[in-house]
Amino acid sequence: MTFELADRVQAVPPSGIRRFFEIAEERDEVISLGVGEPDFSTPWAARDAAIASLEQGKTSYTANRGRADLRESIADYVADRFDLGYDPDEEIIVTAGASEAVDLAFRAFVDPGDTVAIAQPSYVSYEPGVVFAGGEPLPVPTHEEDDFRLTVDALEDAGAADADALVFCYPNNPTGAIMTRADLEPVAEFAREHDLLVFADEIYAELTYDGEHTSIATLPGMRERTVVFNGFSKAHAMTGLRLGYALGPADAIGAMNKIHQYTMLSAPTTAQYAALEALDSCANDVREMVDQYDRRRRFVLSRFREIGMDVFEARGAFYCFPEVPEGFTAEEFAEELLREQGVAVVPGDVFGEGGAGHLRISYATGLSELREALARIEAFVDDHEGPE
Amino acid sequence: MSEREVLELLRENARYSTEDIARMTDLEESEVEAVVEELESTGVVRGYRAVVDWDRLEDEKVRAEVELNVELDRETNYGDVAERLARFPQVKALRLVSGDYDFDMEVEGDSIREVSMFVSEKVAPVPEITQTVTHYVMTSYKEGGIELGDGDEDDRLSYTP
Repeated sequence: MTFELADRVQAVPPSGIRRFFEIAEERDEVISLGVGEPDFSTPWAARDAAIASLEQGKTSYTANRGRADLRESIADYVADRFDLGYDPDEEIIVTAGASEAVDLAFRAFVDPGDTVAIAQPSYVSYEPGVVFAGGEPLPVPTHEEDDFRLTVDALEDAGAADADALVFCYPNNPTGAIMTRADLEPVAEFAREHDLLVFADEIYAELTYDGEHTSIATLPGMRERTVVFNGFSKAHAMTGLRLGYALGPADAIGAMNKIHQYTMLSAPTTAQYAALEALDSCANDVREMVDQYDRRRRFVLSRFREIGMDVFEARGAFYCFPEVPEGFTAEEFAEELLREQGVAVVPGDVFGEGGAGHLRISYATGLSELREALARIEAFVDDHEGPE
Repeated sequence: MSEREVLELLRENARYSTEDIARMTDLEESEVEAVVEELESTGVVRGYRAVVDWDRLEDEKVRAEVELNVELDRETNYGDVAERLARFPQVKALRLVSGDYDFDMEVEGDSIREVSMFVSEKVAPVPEITQTVTHYVMTSYKEGGIELGDGDEDDRLSYTP
């Protein structure tokens, strides 16, 4: 007897970075710029709260939607930081990472055959998530000449007017692009005009440099058609604690909660205590980490320019997105760089259309490692430079 | 603002090159040089030194934290006492503090005997000093904001989404 995979599982190819991971495992002393998670530890106060909750035996399930006090804190936090107003009782659900929130939303609102437009390059899980939900992903490539922002032209070119929903992530993984209020307004108008649901992944919202993050849900007529995803993994350096949340109208969150209560039941209890403390007392830790990322961002951008690789001026998240020099595909560059110089980067193709010819460089690593990694990239580029 | 930013970077690592600091702050190298010069000339930055984990050396230094109580008269103030003490090369740090004692003094020497002799023969006889309490440093876990342990290994996977 063999297991016969469901068609929708078979339809999803293995992760594009798995092969690179295997090469990296064989090598010693790899400097990894391939990680999408902070190099900082979870702030001590949050860790202490998690430990204390365990010591006190607080290890039962919580309410399906998450602890009431945590939902209240989240409501206060998003109101204060991003001008988002949500009722903690009905319009917020706490999930096992923002990834679970994304999955819940796809399963709650995507019917077989529904089309979900995905602004690309994008986080690697949206497309498989749509397929697992029975839907059909519709890539909407964004382009460097538009600063990797999602534009109405891009939406129209991709045929998104006929889609049922739209998902995007700004600040963006992998490009580091952001969308200002002015950038979001035409997209919001497009969504209203074509009656699209909007899934806005704002997990990197705190990591916005040179300005404030704007949520599309704050634009007129958007709150009722938008589900916002956020969480504690990135800004609060809590990836392994797996805690995220979704914000949306009561009926939308209620629908997501219906799936959540039959599958996850509730997000990890220990992590919820850590998150409560993180919101309560770790704002300074967040600011310090953001300042560090910002300095590293400037450093990395400056070095790429010096090396002679065109690089997009990333203004959010902790990634930058340089172009590979002529003569290489992104995959070739990434593989040869890893083999020859022991520097791990992710080829942009992994993130879908619009990512080809680029590399995702994570600067969530210490400055001395970044300095060394950039020196090795420079040596690699010099070694492979063709005759003038 | 740039002054503060440069200062923070120097405090983080005084060996950051002008070039590195320029990259991290988006300043020109010449601007960084000017800011550092200003910080040095106005006495905001008083010097640069290594943060040492003496426990890793065979010929480790002996260090002590010494609490000092003083009694002042009309002609002498804290500054006068501090000035006299600070001149001793054995004194590595000296701070006027609030609480149960007046000065917190950090002393360094090659042996416990040397530090003890210094405190008893040079410090205790200062007329204003009424009491000294010496605490020898047994192990340092953090110096100058830097933890002296082996540090956490980066156990993140090489690739994550």
